[in-house]
Amino acid sequence: MSTEALTPTSYINHHLTFLTKPVGDGDFWALNLDSLLTAILLGVIGFGFIWSVVRGATSGVPNKKQAFVELAIEFVDDQAKAIFHGERHTFVAPMALTVFVWVLLMNAMDFLPIDIMSVFYHEVLGQTYWRGVPTADINTTFALALSVWILMIFFSIKVKGLGGWIHELFCSPFGSNPLLWVFNLMFNLVEYISKPLSHALRLYGNMYAGEIIFMLLGMWAATGVTGVIFGAILGVGWSIFHILIVALQAFIFMMLTIVYISMAHESH
Amino acid sequence: MNINLTLISQAIAFAVFIWFTVKFVWPPMLTAITERQKKIEEGLAAAERSKKDLELAQARSTDTLREAREKSTEMIGGAERQAAHIIEEARTEATKIISMARVSAEGEATVAAQRAKENLRDQVALLAVAGAEKILRREVNAQVHSELLASLKSEL
Repeated sequence: MSTEALTPTSYINHHLTFLTKPVGDGDFWALNLDSLLTAILLGVIGFGFIWSVVRGATSGVPNKKQAFVELAIEFVDDQAKAIFHGERHTFVAPMALTVFVWVLLMNAMDFLPIDIMSVFYHEVLGQTYWRGVPTADINTTFALALSVWILMIFFSIKVKGLGGWIHELFCSPFGSNPLLWVFNLMFNLVEYISKPLSHALRLYGNMYAGEIIFMLLGMWAATGVTGVIFGAILGVGWSIFHILIVALQAFIFMMLTIVYISMAHESH
Repeated sequence: MNINLTLISQAIAFAVFIWFTVKFVWPPMLTAITERQKKIEEGLAAAERSKKDLELAQARSTDTLREAREKSTEMIGGAERQAAHIIEEARTEATKIISMARVSAEGEATVAAQRAKENLRDQVALLAVAGAEKILRREVNAQVHSELLASLKSEL
């Protein structure tokens, strides 16, 4: 940051460049260490906290920490109960909790002011390029969405059997007439492709856009006193609005996860 | 925004976190919540039950109280009646005793008067004899006159 001339382009580039470490040949064989480490750290903190509370959980009067964790768990469980008809406690509900807590924490990294965090990353971690919001990395959102997608296919086959699943690919939603097989298959393929795409891109787009807005406001603030005043006012407004987006996107991601998994359990 | 190995690493991390939550986070919390729900349910049922019990006990206590009141009223009435009866009896008894005492006193008085009259009669006879003796000193034969006196005495 300090080594190059500070232009709007370099500012944006600085904030939008991942800490990418190549681990092999080709573009694919590289790791975004910033996304990966932040995500894992948040997961460890989040689930470690919940686990520490749960380990001392009492069925009597809960303390404040336990009440808080129970609130989160019951919130997720209520959603799972409403959507998923079956034994949800063995997998679906705890998985939804994982998704919700993890995505919420990763989204919440967006609350940290980007330029101050840049100083922290630069001075403390010694990294010029470091993006703090893992869900603004398309790798993270696709990792989650494709995992859900694989689980969806897995449960589809597990519940209906391989034959049942293939039968469904060809015979629903229009009917089992052989003339309709092609249309059914195309329809299902579109569905299977669009599900992870929309799932991943919705979250990614929202978080990425949120970051971009903060950067634009930061650039405005660099233009002078007027920019500082309006940048600050709009920054506050956008931050408050962003609280809603962060929670809402985590909620939507969790809900879609439950919906997809429970759709896999139902035969047409 | 290149897709790279991060995707697979994040997916692995996701899988690990799911496994952790499924295995270690969800079951104990669920147990605690379910147990608490059961406790609350039982508590509510117990409260309902004791409320009903209280109502029953109140009804029973009202009944008992009324019964006791009736019984005590009855008892007081009985006692009053008995007292009146006793007083009545005592009065009758007293009247009887008084009249008996009067009769015996009257009898005794009659007897005493009789006795006094007889005494008096004896003494009058003696006195008369003595007087006559004094008057008729010599000529009087006590034997003859005693017959006369006896006849006189019986006439008295």
